[in-house]
Amino acid sequence: MLLPQTWWGYALNYLIVFASGGACCIAAQLLIIKTKLTPARILVIFLLAGIALQTVGIYEPLAAALRSGICVPIIGFGATLAKGAAEWAAEYGPLGAFAGGLVETAFGVGVAVAASYIVSVVFSPKSK
Amino acid sequence: MTDKIAKRNKTYIEYVEKVSPSTNATHSLIKAFAIGGATCVIGEILRNLLALAPSIDDKAAAVYSSVILVTAAIIMTGTGVYDNIARHGGAGSFLPIRGFANAMSSAAMEFRSEGLITGTAVKMFNVVGPVIVNGIVWSAASGTIVWLVSVIASL
Repeated sequence: MLLPQTWWGYALNYLIVFASGGACCIAAQLLIIKTKLTPARILVIFLLAGIALQTVGIYEPLAAALRSGICVPIIGFGATLAKGAAEWAAEYGPLGAFAGGLVETAFGVGVAVAASYIVSVVFSPKSK
Repeated sequence: MTDKIAKRNKTYIEYVEKVSPSTNATHSLIKAFAIGGATCVIGEILRNLLALAPSIDDKAAAVYSSVILVTAAIIMTGTGVYDNIARHGGAGSFLPIRGFANAMSSAAMEFRSEGLITGTAVKMFNVVGPVIVNGIVWSAASGTIVWLVSVIASL
């Protein structure tokens, strides 16, 4: 955390997280209203934005300042993919670029797949 | 008389068209901001609390906090609580990482009736498939570019 670890530092940090996370969602909501893009397309746009930000090196200073405000939206997922790909490429050569992103995001995706599977077995869908 | 009613209906419809989209848009923006921002704050609180544990550093805490958000969203999808958030949240409910989990688990549940293998396992990636595929392809491209740049720079 860049801010001092005092009560006002934490309060300001949470305020920044709320504002930046909310701003990402407002941008996505504006895309829905103005362009009629489907949520899946918007997710991909923000994912690619995250990959691009990480590739040019802007993401890490942003993440240090905004923390969960940029890392919880899907932008963070894209940045983690790109970061893993770059790290593994540096260690194992260009083939590593194909594995690194998957490895770094495997925690979330692995848990999501396993938990979704269990939930679909345990619960039956509610009528909408 | 009918002429008057027709005219009144016309002006009313014009009025509704003029007024409703903008108010709905503003409402949905405020809701997206509030729900999206709140999700990020919950993630940040979890991250800060987890980082208090001596064996967990800040980076690991961020991973655990997103895993908790994902698991919570999937359980909420299973119990039907998430539908209420999704109805109001718009982009605020699908852009954060738990929206990804919700898309996955709701597809898994919806197609459960078609069987565990041909239903759940196939349709689970209906919505998140594009995200995973684009993520793998473009992160591999990004990693290769970064690697090439570092190779050229070290020549």
